Amino acid sequence: MSFNRTHLLGLEDLTKEEILEVLDTARSFRPVLDRPIKRVPALQGVTACNAFFEPSTRTRLSFELAEKRLSADSINFATAGSSVSKGETLRDTMLNIQAMRVDIVVIRHSSSGAPHFLARNIDARVINAGDGYHEHPTQGLLDLFTMREAMGKLEGLRVTIVGDIAHSRVARSNLWGLRSVGAHVTLVGPTTLMPVEIERTGARVCNRIDEALEGAQVVNVLRLQLERMTSGFLPTLREYAQRWGVTRERLKRCATGVRVMHPGPMNRGVEISSDLADGPESVILDQVTNGVAVRMAVLYLVRGGTRDGRGGIVPPPQEGVPV
Amino acid sequence: MNLRRKAVIADAEEVRRAILRIAHEIVERNKGVDDLALVGVRRRGVPLAVRIQEAIRSIEGVEVPIGIVDITLYRDDLRTISPQPLVHATEFSFGVEDRTLILVDDVLFTGRTVRAAIEAIMDYGRPRSIQLAVLVDRGHRELPIRADYVGKNSPTSRKEIVRVLVREEDGEDAVVIEETEEGKQ
Repeated sequence: MSFNRTHLLGLEDLTKEEILEVLDTARSFRPVLDRPIKRVPALQGVTACNAFFEPSTRTRLSFELAEKRLSADSINFATAGSSVSKGETLRDTMLNIQAMRVDIVVIRHSSSGAPHFLARNIDARVINAGDGYHEHPTQGLLDLFTMREAMGKLEGLRVTIVGDIAHSRVARSNLWGLRSVGAHVTLVGPTTLMPVEIERTGARVCNRIDEALEGAQVVNVLRLQLERMTSGFLPTLREYAQRWGVTRERLKRCATGVRVMHPGPMNRGVEISSDLADGPESVILDQVTNGVAVRMAVLYLVRGGTRDGRGGIVPPPQEGVPV
Repeated sequence: MNLRRKAVIADAEEVRRAILRIAHEIVERNKGVDDLALVGVRRRGVPLAVRIQEAIRSIEGVEVPIGIVDITLYRDDLRTISPQPLVHATEFSFGVEDRTLILVDDVLFTGRTVRAAIEAIMDYGRPRSIQLAVLVDRGHRELPIRADYVGKNSPTSRKEIVRVLVREEDGEDAVVIEETEEGKQ
């Protein structure tokens, strides 16, 4: 019994044992999704609030579904149409939600560290569903889960992450998680989108995609956020697709049996070719299904934690400053 | 917590005979083994279900399928235990719909485990009936539940701990009563 936290704020300070316990618990929950009655009573009487201060479809639906599968009551909160648009502060909004006796808050926020702030200020358990450029721990965990299911093990696995590393919380959570479980991570992307000194994390950094794909067993393709064009990080989409887009041709350099992942939503024909996204190497939709099981595991474990997750937290990076 | 072995209720030979008798009773009461399946409650109900399966095979020459039920998510005390207990999978290789299921557990005590197991099974479909087989009934029921097949009735005090040991997990077959050092005083 190793996972005993009251919050899940990031993967950076999670031990290998804690990560593996979440993955093992998720594996036990996975069959529930295929049963005729897709619901277990484990979180009966627990109320979860999904507070999304930033748009999200997949993650929000996935958390909602996970809560329902565990028989928790859930309420949703999105910035549009809420009092946040009237100027209420994050803390006041949350104190009000707490006053309604919510047990677990799932929060997505554009500011790095918002979940940590919340965890210090309210009594409810807090799960980070993506904060700024910092972390997206449940995505990291579901990526690890999908890799382990597809490849059999994580230790020694060669994983290449392609794209906008600097602005990607998915990349960061993947990196921390994969590092803890002993996988070999290679990062590749345009120099303008590669954080300085990222190699100090132990990851290998490449600036040529063909070199980065050589021998890779898993390729995790990040979403290119189109607003990066206007902010001057990239010249054109077409150039990005030509230099960094993952295609079946490029995949030939990878190990046989390579799997391709993408956290979604995809820009088909930009960071990933359309035939590859739908091809036999793709486990992109498995990621979505596994995401529900992984979030069930996180909700279940955080609910029972007694060790204060607030202790020993690494302070999140400042907004806009890479790692 | 220091546990001390206080008494042996049944040794390996008695356990073997009890299982053989339960197997005979199951076959007799159900007039054969058609549409029958065994469901072991994790953990020690599972090796016991396998023993009953072997015994039925020796009697009827038929292999009755075995399922495994993990009750963790159906416990009524989840709210009060921290950290959360480990969850394991429930596995049925057969459809439970319209089958007669023999739920197998090691010790029948408060009845709460059986209540949780029944609820877990019902989430997979509607069996025709569920019967309960236990190696030891030690009394102290807190719910209106009784066993259909009992290896041994053994009145105990609440302070005592009844443990079923199986070769697969513990290296020997036996039923023992243990008590805490404090309980002795």
